[in-house]
Amino acid sequence: MTVLDTPAWRPRTDAAPLLPDPEPFRLLGTPEAAALDPALLRALYGQLVRGRRYNAQATALTKQGRLAVYPSSTGQEACEIAAALALQPQDWLFPSYRDTLAVVARGVDPVEALTLLRGDWHTGYDPHTHRVAPLSTPLATQLPHAVGLAHAARLSGDDVVALAMVGDGGTSEGDFHEALNFAAVWKAPVVFLVQNNGFAISVPLAKQTAAPTIAHKAVGYGMPGRLVDGNDAAAMHQVLTEAVERARTGGGPTLIEAVTYRIDAHTNADDATRYRDDSEVAAWRAHDPIAVLERELTSRGLLDDTLRDSTAADAEEMAASLRERMHSDPQLDPMDLFAHVYAEPTPQLREQQAQLQAELEAERQS
Amino acid sequence: MTTATHAAGSTEASASKPATMAQALNQALRDALAADPAVHILGEDVGTLGGVFRITDGLTKEFGEDRCTDTPLAEAGILGTAVGMAMYGLRPVVEMQFDAFAYPSFEQLVSHVARMRNRTRGAMPLPLTIRIPYGGGIGGVEHHSDSSEAYYLHTPGLHVVTPATVEDAYGLLRAAIASDDPVVFLEPKRLYWSKSQWSPQEPAEVPPIGKAVVRRPGRTATLITYGPSLPVCLEAAEAAKEDGWDLGVVDLRSLVPFDEETVAAVVRGTGRAVVVHESSGFGGAGAEIAARITERCFHHLEAPVLRVAGFDIPYPPPMLERHHLPGVDRILDAVGRLQWEEG
Repeated sequence: MTVLDTPAWRPRTDAAPLLPDPEPFRLLGTPEAAALDPALLRALYGQLVRGRRYNAQATALTKQGRLAVYPSSTGQEACEIAAALALQPQDWLFPSYRDTLAVVARGVDPVEALTLLRGDWHTGYDPHTHRVAPLSTPLATQLPHAVGLAHAARLSGDDVVALAMVGDGGTSEGDFHEALNFAAVWKAPVVFLVQNNGFAISVPLAKQTAAPTIAHKAVGYGMPGRLVDGNDAAAMHQVLTEAVERARTGGGPTLIEAVTYRIDAHTNADDATRYRDDSEVAAWRAHDPIAVLERELTSRGLLDDTLRDSTAADAEEMAASLRERMHSDPQLDPMDLFAHVYAEPTPQLREQQAQLQAELEAERQS
Repeated sequence: MTTATHAAGSTEASASKPATMAQALNQALRDALAADPAVHILGEDVGTLGGVFRITDGLTKEFGEDRCTDTPLAEAGILGTAVGMAMYGLRPVVEMQFDAFAYPSFEQLVSHVARMRNRTRGAMPLPLTIRIPYGGGIGGVEHHSDSSEAYYLHTPGLHVVTPATVEDAYGLLRAAIASDDPVVFLEPKRLYWSKSQWSPQEPAEVPPIGKAVVRRPGRTATLITYGPSLPVCLEAAEAAKEDGWDLGVVDLRSLVPFDEETVAAVVRGTGRAVVVHESSGFGGAGAEIAARITERCFHHLEAPVLRVAGFDIPYPPPMLERHHLPGVDRILDAVGRLQWEEG
């Protein structure tokens, strides 16, 4: 008998309950879907259609020079919308750069959500207003922020959950690992949603990880991993809601892998034909999140032409408003460049401020 | 600026004994925790152990694990979670165990800590202090003696502060924690055990961040320095009297903001300046300071502004570090090259 046979050493956690299901969890098209609230399904449908229209409009705006770049989430709308709808008003969302739809669905103004991508500032909205952190361009760095915020809220005795979004590529970053580790050790009320859309720009998941699934990574941190059909809006909503509730009631963090697909290229500047076959895209189009939801609604008699038309009209109206508002030039004040570097500008910044002021004056006079 | 007062009687240093810089820092943290419930300390070994340099000694016992927290061993995670805590309105104070161990957190520092206020047009300032023991001279093996200030001062959005005296260690740390901007607080680890008659029981004035101080007035040339090199410069100034030089010494205390006004005023008075620091000279803080002095004081200068710095080499092994660190002789050699014959 050695010390390893005594209670001095033992596993801290039973690994088995943390393991994800072998197959992605699905609801739509299964017998369980019959129990789903029609109001929820209709709400998801309306938001998914709006989301897809938003993506199309934003991509069009890049072609018109109104946006510097747009990373579309077409094909991933179920993940985006379910993430926003699973949260309570006091909760916080930590989006990555592809998550504009979730940001808008959370209530952020559709134009302000595009500020980063239009390029008139880095973040166009006050994060406190809708409790949405700035869209994070560096990969996975927003995840420890979510953990810290959730931890701080818990220390303050506040009922706040943080939901952090990341892609499959981001799970290779060190910050992904550190965030999950801190969250589990601190039992922080945070939910990690990984949208596994198959590619990190051009690199397929097989070159990203050798893990059985991304959801399996949860076990190594001592938190449950959930595997979900990311194109099943109802399944996404249910799994996210359960994880948020678990976090809210002191159960700690959850890692959710949503299996989905990026139908569009990485951004408007990317050429996806260089790294994937049309046949693969076609296979995923056949499992489109809006089509999957429409089939469910139709089979339950919840979707008729009137609802379909009014939903489309609502999305069209949103797009028209977005188009119109984005076609006006943003009012920029170059002096803003110095206004928020510090609470008080340094003496050197004051000098540079004066220099720019003089340059602007000279421009006006020439 | 406010004057900080202390929670009485909670320090290990008694009023009658001189305090070390380590004790002053410990007292500053204790007083900050007592004064503001938003202040939280995070770091590796900062809890039960009290930090490898004992700067957080006793704080977990006094304030609880939620206020002074042993984190997992992951610097990016420490700083990244501290960002999130600051986003929620807390005032985190992060301890990086050693200068070179802070590098994993560099992306969080540069891409988020330094930019969040600006990114959000002021809606989300990050009142966050990052304490980093830095510099050599303690016989540390590789990765324990870096002077990393140049990486930080090149990043807009950060304040970079470094105390050189026991009194400033207390005052500047309180000021850093009270600041609504992120402060990289560089602690010269070889001065941790330096002593002063300053008693932690006395209310200490909290100095404003960004003000240099003249540690020694001098008429013939000025040594400009900060942090670990201040005692060396004061020693050099004393030794220079033998050569007939009356050297003044300016302690910058803060590299960002840089107190150009004080430095320029002093150098205009002497016409000769040497910038002294122990980090490598190429691309270092001294290059910036020398350039600014030249720009501001050119017509008052009797000689080019010289720099005395560590060599442009990876930090040496401990048995060779004395050859790298600027010492009295290297400083006096530079002073001797200030074109006295033309003055």
